[in-house]
Amino acid sequence: MQTNTKILDKHFKYLAPTTLEDALKYLSHYKKENLKILAGGTDLLVKMKTTDLSADYLINIKGIKELDYIDIEVGLKIGAVTSLSGVVKEKKVKEKYIALFEGIHSMAAPAIRNMGTVAGNLGNASPAADTIPPLIVFGAKVKLTSKQKERIILVEDFITGVGKTVLDPDELITEIIIPKTGENCGSAFIKNSRVKADLSKINCAIYLEREANRCKEIRIAFGSVAIKVIRARKTENILKGMVLNPELMSHALLEASKEIQPIDDIRSTADYRIMVAGKMLQDAIELAWARADNEGRGE
Amino acid sequence: MEKIPIAFTLNGHMKQIIVFPNDLLINILRDELYLTGTKYGCGIGECGACTVFVEDEPILSCLTLAVSINGKKITTIEGLAKGNELHPMQIAFLKNAAVQCGFCTPGMILTAISLLKENSDPTEEEIKEYMRGNICRCTGYVQIVKAIKACAEEQSKQNHHDTIDSIVLSRPCQDD
Repeated sequence: MQTNTKILDKHFKYLAPTTLEDALKYLSHYKKENLKILAGGTDLLVKMKTTDLSADYLINIKGIKELDYIDIEVGLKIGAVTSLSGVVKEKKVKEKYIALFEGIHSMAAPAIRNMGTVAGNLGNASPAADTIPPLIVFGAKVKLTSKQKERIILVEDFITGVGKTVLDPDELITEIIIPKTGENCGSAFIKNSRVKADLSKINCAIYLEREANRCKEIRIAFGSVAIKVIRARKTENILKGMVLNPELMSHALLEASKEIQPIDDIRSTADYRIMVAGKMLQDAIELAWARADNEGRGE
Repeated sequence: MEKIPIAFTLNGHMKQIIVFPNDLLINILRDELYLTGTKYGCGIGECGACTVFVEDEPILSCLTLAVSINGKKITTIEGLAKGNELHPMQIAFLKNAAVQCGFCTPGMILTAISLLKENSDPTEEEIKEYMRGNICRCTGYVQIVKAIKACAEEQSKQNHHDTIDSIVLSRPCQDD
């Protein structure tokens, strides 16, 4: 049967809280029901149109003004309903967290970025999500709030599989917290897709700290190569604390291609992904390395 | 499902209607309010044909619940012209033959207007980058890029004239 994407044929009760308190009350009250959280709608509504995903209750959090902010005082804090456009338009994001800027900027197109949110991209937990590799390499955390409690966990631990997270039914992602970056740091995000606006075949984010010729700290994340975005820890360990030379690099690139576990799907093949992973990593490291001269200074 | 009353500004006019929670903005615009300039293309956020402005920012009306626009300001392609006078971007599209079948044109024009608001003098690359979510299957994009560039140039000429006017009339200079 052909899907009719002109209409949304699922029936649900619509809830539109304007305060966080009300939203958490709803979540607590309906936690045993089939409730879905709507922010931008660019993933959820597409899934509701094209798959059998349904909701009895749809809670639209976009109207909660207290969750619409970017706080750049210490590190970077992003409210749950702040649009992706709002994040890339903040100058400091481009200056200090360029991998995140590049990740968001590579996503779809302006209209989608005006609708979508970083929290939504996290909650959707796609292995191909473009905000997740940058968030992971920056050591970002996510704040989960329910009526009873609040917990803060690493983005890396938040996602457990394709579309799966540790979010409890009565919890809401309320904030993304990115720590202050270190001295002489550089970052980069590289994506490989069929056309620019498309989803990633494979993506890669790097964060590194440079001390003269030595790579003091490095964090590497790959997307679209496993059931969730992964840290390439073995590869990191090869490079960490070392003076980067061609021999060491080729060793690291080989390790990276072993660390990923991609599959064949509509966007690419496992073989292709393994083949380009090393090259992408090299490009990303070179880019971040060059940037480490400027990025991260003066904070 | 319970029907929900909403009120919003559509192309400068207040509208009050009653919608179902699962009604999409595009269908309310087209089927209830008969503004058929906004087009249904893919329905899944890939093509940009359904682009409208909410609070002067382009969004996709095929992925927007009508209930969610309560209290907001909506502008569609029909709201751009002032009486019989077309918007400069509409004129630029006509002059540069940037329209073939016309299906993508409303979305293209709205996105292009948004681009020039953010960047008054975009390069060809910047235009392509910004417009990448609006798909055209006829023109091959060359004329569209040309039209946007022409509109930007026209606008900067206009602004230049305005500046001269303001100096002549010795109005206080405005900082952009």
